[in-house]
Amino acid sequence: MDFPIFHLDFMGDRLLIAIIAVIHVLINHGLAVGFIPLVTLLEYLGFRKAPKNEVVNVEWDNLARRLMTIAFIITTTIGAMTGVGIWLSASLVNPASIGSLIRVFYGAWFVEWLTFVTEVVLIMIYYLSWKKSNTSIEAKSKHIMFGVKLSIASWITMAIIVSILGFMMDTGSWVANKTFVSGFTNPIYLPQLMFRTPLAALMAGSIALFLTMFLTPNGSEIRRKASRVIALWMLLATPFCATAAFLYHSKIPTLMIGNLPVAVGTMDFQSWYDLLVYFIFGALFSVLVVAGITFFRPKIKIPKLLYIIPVLGMLGFAGIFERIREFIRKPYVIGNYMYSNTLRKDEYPLFKRDGLLKYATYSPVHEVTEDNKLLAGEQVFLLACSRCHTTNGINSVIEKFEDMYSLKEGEKLKPEMMKAYISHIENARYFMPPFPGNEQELDALIMYIKSIQENRVPLEGVQEKGLQLTEK
Amino acid sequence: MILQHIFLQILLQTPIPHDIPLPLPLPHSVLVIALIFSFLLHIIFINLMLGGSILTLWSEIKGLKNPEYDKLAYELAQTITVNKSMAVVLGIAPLLTINTLYTLYFYSANALTGLFWIAIIPLTTLAFLLTYAHKYSWNVLKDNKSLHISMIAASVVIFLFIPFIFLTNINLMLFPEKWNTISGFFEALALPNVFPRYLHFIFASLGVTGLFIFWYFGRKSFAFEEKFQSLSLYEIRRKAYSLTFSASVAQFLIGPIVLLTLPTKGISWQLILTISTGAAFAIPALFWIWKAITGQPEKIAKDFWKVTLLLTTTVVFMGSGRHLYRATALEPHQKLVAKETAKYQKEVQQAIKDANDPSKKPVVADAGEAIFTAKCSACHALDTKIVGPPVKEMVTIYEKDEKGLHDWIRKPGKKRPDYPQMPALGLSEQEIKDVATYILKQK
Repeated sequence: MDFPIFHLDFMGDRLLIAIIAVIHVLINHGLAVGFIPLVTLLEYLGFRKAPKNEVVNVEWDNLARRLMTIAFIITTTIGAMTGVGIWLSASLVNPASIGSLIRVFYGAWFVEWLTFVTEVVLIMIYYLSWKKSNTSIEAKSKHIMFGVKLSIASWITMAIIVSILGFMMDTGSWVANKTFVSGFTNPIYLPQLMFRTPLAALMAGSIALFLTMFLTPNGSEIRRKASRVIALWMLLATPFCATAAFLYHSKIPTLMIGNLPVAVGTMDFQSWYDLLVYFIFGALFSVLVVAGITFFRPKIKIPKLLYIIPVLGMLGFAGIFERIREFIRKPYVIGNYMYSNTLRKDEYPLFKRDGLLKYATYSPVHEVTEDNKLLAGEQVFLLACSRCHTTNGINSVIEKFEDMYSLKEGEKLKPEMMKAYISHIENARYFMPPFPGNEQELDALIMYIKSIQENRVPLEGVQEKGLQLTEK
Repeated sequence: MILQHIFLQILLQTPIPHDIPLPLPLPHSVLVIALIFSFLLHIIFINLMLGGSILTLWSEIKGLKNPEYDKLAYELAQTITVNKSMAVVLGIAPLLTINTLYTLYFYSANALTGLFWIAIIPLTTLAFLLTYAHKYSWNVLKDNKSLHISMIAASVVIFLFIPFIFLTNINLMLFPEKWNTISGFFEALALPNVFPRYLHFIFASLGVTGLFIFWYFGRKSFAFEEKFQSLSLYEIRRKAYSLTFSASVAQFLIGPIVLLTLPTKGISWQLILTISTGAAFAIPALFWIWKAITGQPEKIAKDFWKVTLLLTTTVVFMGSGRHLYRATALEPHQKLVAKETAKYQKEVQQAIKDANDPSKKPVVADAGEAIFTAKCSACHALDTKIVGPPVKEMVTIYEKDEKGLHDWIRKPGKKRPDYPQMPALGLSEQEIKDVATYILKQK
């Protein structure tokens, strides 16, 4: 309403955030939060196993350092920049919601920032002073302590951000009293944190085990011993991960649970749900099998490449949970406060009374007339639909309607049906916000949707065509 | 009078948005101080990252003839990857704070230059990966220098381009009256003042990097003599100081151009005073640098900390001046926004009251009909198929099985292959009974 509207009409705006965010979460969990304590553990074992008169066991130390090299390079490039990217993309796609979140969570984000700075300083000290620390026992013990501190700092950054994620799903008592603490202690916070911690450990274990196969010589003792340690790490994390996943799931408000099957796939692919549940169990199962064999039956040789299965399984598992988490907060972007179209719940009575366009700052039209109906419809689409839907791209509004009405090729959408549906959309689809405007605006929107079904004209955002406030 | 005139001008060009109706998390002045200082901290590391990579490139090319410079380039390359990590992480606080203080302005500018704004992420990531590839392939590629040099050259090109995106945004946010006149990044880039500010930034980067190199190579723990044979510490320090000196002198020329190309709306005597004071602090610093590079070699480091302190003071004044301009330039618009927001919030509250007014609510005789309209009519009509089957069809199925209809509404699912699944409705037992009764009445 009060920001020029950025829009990507092919890939969709949600996908832009999703791609950046998923890459970030996978790197954060798999190569930082879960990975650094594991590397520190391996380094410590290398220190303990040092031969007489030497500081470290070179084989163990090299393995730990090489694992850390990979984590260091990826986290300080792709990891760091996708973190910033979540901000930049969210502020493009959803400025009103990120702007509101910042005003509530400024303090939390500021503390998060301090922890980030600590984390970055520690990771540079930890990695860049590794070789130097191998010269004396004192330096090495100090170095291992840096690994411990870094592990704690990484975990804290996750612990803070999870609060904000939890807040977006369930605002708890914040809507009523709007204090910072009530937002921070929202009911989904702890279950989510308890779930993410072992998840990170498990993802990191799978990645480390896979990498160990390539960083150590075939049939060497170091491979056998180190992979057993990593496998044990994974076996210990699995029951925690499974239990916490269940607990997290049970805390999600009841009505939202009803949507879970839809969350996992789209409406048309609900049968996928069962498949995806199998996939989640499959991921944990593959972890148990690979880690179990590695730990209990080290003599059985698993082909190197098969170690990628738990990695892919865990990444998929984490990705699916993020998808579900994103979905269950619908129809809101900030629970019970702001709908996913970025209009606030308290503004709805006003929009219903006077129409949406009247208050849309950057709309070239503020009232629907016979002459401007199509332009007005386009504006309503931009304001009310475009945060999640494209015209004819990914998650296209046309495709949704055609599928829902089971239309045949070439068959046209019927305005009366669409009107009845959109007027009560929130009751037919719990994940959809109610239509925000008045009746003329609904008619204009339907006319616009019909026109894009026929003409397939893409909708450009302000980044391409500018504001164009003066009428053409 | 003047203010009113400005108000009118703005009103004529771009409509006034409403602000987010949540209070600022901290007092305004605290946020302003946080913004100025956290930004300066961030930009110094950006300066070092950019200046460091330009000098690495220069030194490595020079190293093709004189291997000592290849060693120098190697040492410089070690600093880029550290400084870049600090630059990114220190950028979060100013980003967070400018988002909080200038939510409407910053995000609007971002949206208007959207594709380039988001391109910052892949471009920077690529440049970072290149700096690592360059740093860790020094030995592997020692016989393929052209490939090795092109890696750092590519990251320098990216590092030189990204400031344009930031400056375009930071400039565009100051001029809401122009938002309606531009479309896309390049038109926003062409607004006056972006290029002078860019040059100002590049020379600042070189000046800051000169001081940094002076300190970095002279540290006790650096073991300079072990690393270099013919190149002396004095020579490097003199070169670094000369760089700072010439870059700062250039700023005395670029600075006034920046000031002159700034649209008048944000200029005030306070701003001129702040900037001039900042510039005045730089003059003795430049004098000491000049004395050091023309004086005796062993005395070159004598005034280093004084110079650094003075130039840091200059930077703080310039950073404050930058903020003063922004605050003055946006103040009239912010006042209008505050007024409009208050008016709008009143309307919002009034509409909520109206909607809750019991006398204005339509009276519905049949509870079942009301539920049907709200919950079912989106997908079901009396005698045509919309999404689900028509009501008349339901009646034929459930006429003699009311309980069956209850069960279905309570826990719906998917029965017909060519229809989508019916979602759960979350109705109470009484509501289910009412709506079922209503449905079965339709014949």
